[in-house]
Amino acid sequence: MDLTVGPNQFFWSADRWTEFYDDLAASPVDRVVLGELVCSKRLPFFQDRIPDAITTLIDAGKAVALTSLALVTLKRERKQTAALAEMGVEIEVNDLSALPHLPDGTPFSVGPLVNTYNEGTLAWLASKGATRICLPPELPLTSVATLAKVGADLGVAIEVWGHGRLPLAISGRCYHARLHKRTKDNCQFACEDDPDGLDVRTLEGQPFLAMNGVQTLSDTYASAAHQIDALTRAGVSALRLSPQSKGFVPLCDHYRQLLDGKLSGAEVAEAICGLDSNIRLSDGFLTGKRGVDWSGKQPPDSHHR
Amino acid sequence: MVMEIVCPAGTPASLRAAVKAGAHTIYCGFNDETNARNFPGLNFDRGEMRDGIAFAHARGSQVLIAINTFPRAGDEALWHRAVADAESCGADAVILADPGLLDYAARNHPGLRRHLSVQAAAANADIINYYAKTFDVKRVVLPRVLSVAEIAAINAEIEVETEVFVFGGLCVMAEGRCSLSSYATGLSPNMNGVCSPASHVEYHEDKGVLDARLGGYTIHRVEKDEPAPYPTLCKGCFSAQDQTGHLFEDPVSLNAEQLIPQLQKAGVTALKIEGRQRSRSYVTQVVRNFRAAVDALEAGQPMPEGMLARLSEGQAMTTGAYKKTWR
Amino acid sequence: MPHPQVSIPLFPPILARALKVMPLAPLSLSLTAYSRKIAKTHPGLFRRLGEFDHTRFVLDPTDLPFVICLDPNGGVPRVTLLRGRGEGAARISGPFAALIGLVHGAYDGDALFFSRDLVIEGDTGAALALRNAVDDAELDLAQEIASISGPLARPLQHLIAFAERRTGVCLSRPEEAEAW
Repeated sequence: MDLTVGPNQFFWSADRWTEFYDDLAASPVDRVVLGELVCSKRLPFFQDRIPDAITTLIDAGKAVALTSLALVTLKRERKQTAALAEMGVEIEVNDLSALPHLPDGTPFSVGPLVNTYNEGTLAWLASKGATRICLPPELPLTSVATLAKVGADLGVAIEVWGHGRLPLAISGRCYHARLHKRTKDNCQFACEDDPDGLDVRTLEGQPFLAMNGVQTLSDTYASAAHQIDALTRAGVSALRLSPQSKGFVPLCDHYRQLLDGKLSGAEVAEAICGLDSNIRLSDGFLTGKRGVDWSGKQPPDSHHR
Repeated sequence: MVMEIVCPAGTPASLRAAVKAGAHTIYCGFNDETNARNFPGLNFDRGEMRDGIAFAHARGSQVLIAINTFPRAGDEALWHRAVADAESCGADAVILADPGLLDYAARNHPGLRRHLSVQAAAANADIINYYAKTFDVKRVVLPRVLSVAEIAAINAEIEVETEVFVFGGLCVMAEGRCSLSSYATGLSPNMNGVCSPASHVEYHEDKGVLDARLGGYTIHRVEKDEPAPYPTLCKGCFSAQDQTGHLFEDPVSLNAEQLIPQLQKAGVTALKIEGRQRSRSYVTQVVRNFRAAVDALEAGQPMPEGMLARLSEGQAMTTGAYKKTWR
Repeated sequence: MPHPQVSIPLFPPILARALKVMPLAPLSLSLTAYSRKIAKTHPGLFRRLGEFDHTRFVLDPTDLPFVICLDPNGGVPRVTLLRGRGEGAARISGPFAALIGLVHGAYDGDALFFSRDLVIEGDTGAALALRNAVDDAELDLAQEIASISGPLARPLQHLIAFAERRTGVCLSRPEEAEAW
């Protein structure tokens, strides 16, 4: 099974961004998707770094794709989306709005924010040129297995959310700006202060969600650490790791060793929690009653319920 | 042309109430996971649907059937059957969100008119034109993330009709792209047709203080005599940094009644009322109100002052994303 | 925006006190008979309850000195009046007029809940199913009662006629006029 690094969901400074992709060149991942997923206002801050990062990663032997925005409404965003097709790199469609801009017959990949829930949609996307689909994180293992089988028949590689805070929702409204009592147009990039999202707790102080500008993420970091055998049996061809600010390259190593049978799921889970004390894990969307559930042991001092 | 009022009906009784109250169009769903209001005690079996459509047609109203969840892998037949039954029941259109299901309907039921559900969150002219071209969609229900000016700009670039929400529950998130509910409860709008489901809601009242929990998470706490909101996740009370409050959205509901003239100028064809889970009393009151509003508009009279506040969640109203400051 | 408040009539306390000493067993029997008649004429009501058609509901008219326990019992319902809180999977409490108004479609359940005229405890899903099922049934309680015959009908008819005369609580369904 391959490892894909998904697009960074957060707003990092251009230098931190560049450093992250330089480091990734030396990591044991097979494929990297980069670009701006969440907010079109962030893109100008690192846009000019993208070509160099792509070159570095390609030179290191990685396959590279550029993501579309997750929600395209404004004229500026439509232009950004149209411009993607001219970059000469594979596009990962994360809003179907990117499809009309792709020349007919161009192969593309589909990200987890497109609703690929069933065989019909998978087949339709394949007929339009999709060669790889990362399924929505919400899908249970039974759906994953069905879709991986159809994907194999149609020549579409099926990828599954393997690690990282789950992208649960996207909105027209910016919650970071709202929290700072600013309008979205005058947000002053409040989200830059939270390189892994801002923790949102319930009235009883339980960690629950994380805000990231117009995006809402889970508090927990989803991890497929205990699901590798099941995903392999289902015919999944890649695991997606979503960037985080601390210890990401070691994290890629852990997952690589897990896939190679050199580390157990429990060892990987423990190592991940060791990278950052604010990490709680979940894998409930795949096999649990609800998304937040975790099939393994939580670290003893976590506030998880 | 007078703007079309599109009214919800969760039960046959509500459908009849809506028709009698003057709804031009009623939308409803089958009693299973194929529709996004799959709540206990709601919706139509096949016979009820056939009778309801006949009742509406006899009085000059139209009926749309929402089949707007995303079919479950391995179980697509349930959704395919719903489309076929919608056609045989005489529905005027089906409201669909899933590209696979749109493709299926376009191939197998070309004569059945297709509307694009809000759950598809088609938020710009490029994707709307693409849906129109690819699946011959005739109308698009616009997501609740757009301002009136943006709606006008979209209508200038597209051929198909647009329908917008004017009253009722308000999604803060782009519709059809939210899994907050399944994260906390295991049940989601996309897969199960429910959001923050009642089966996972618990209320606790202690000395007048009412706690509302969803999936064990305390989402709301209100003092005695304060209005009680339903614990919908995105309208919950949370804390971040040093602030506690409604970080995503206040427990308000949408009322764009006063914006109807602007929406008409923006090229909108139909005005949609949310609330298939509400009673026939709600349906009657809201439809009368909005029918009076569009008739007044058609006659060149001012918008009547609304009387709908009591029907609203938290008894507070917003014009939502229609005014840009909402963002 | 102003919030027009619809005021819900309360059952007059003096009558409520009179009900305190009234024997509940005969009334329970009549209500059971009454509910079975409704089950016959409105089978859809119990069908709509779905998975909750064996769930015990407690309806608590907060201005009356008893609670009404409803066992749908798969379409062969049983109604029991009890003093005290009663036991059930779901409890719906509110003024008697609000509960009756819900049945008749005079009020919107969500609106009464938002304004806290109505309080739901226990299984919220079950309470919602009952509310939706009753809303669809378009019941007219007074009409149903008028058509009951036999000895069991007497206490109920007396109570309802008396209540309607003296309390201002609307016991028959308001006519849904054709507006257009």
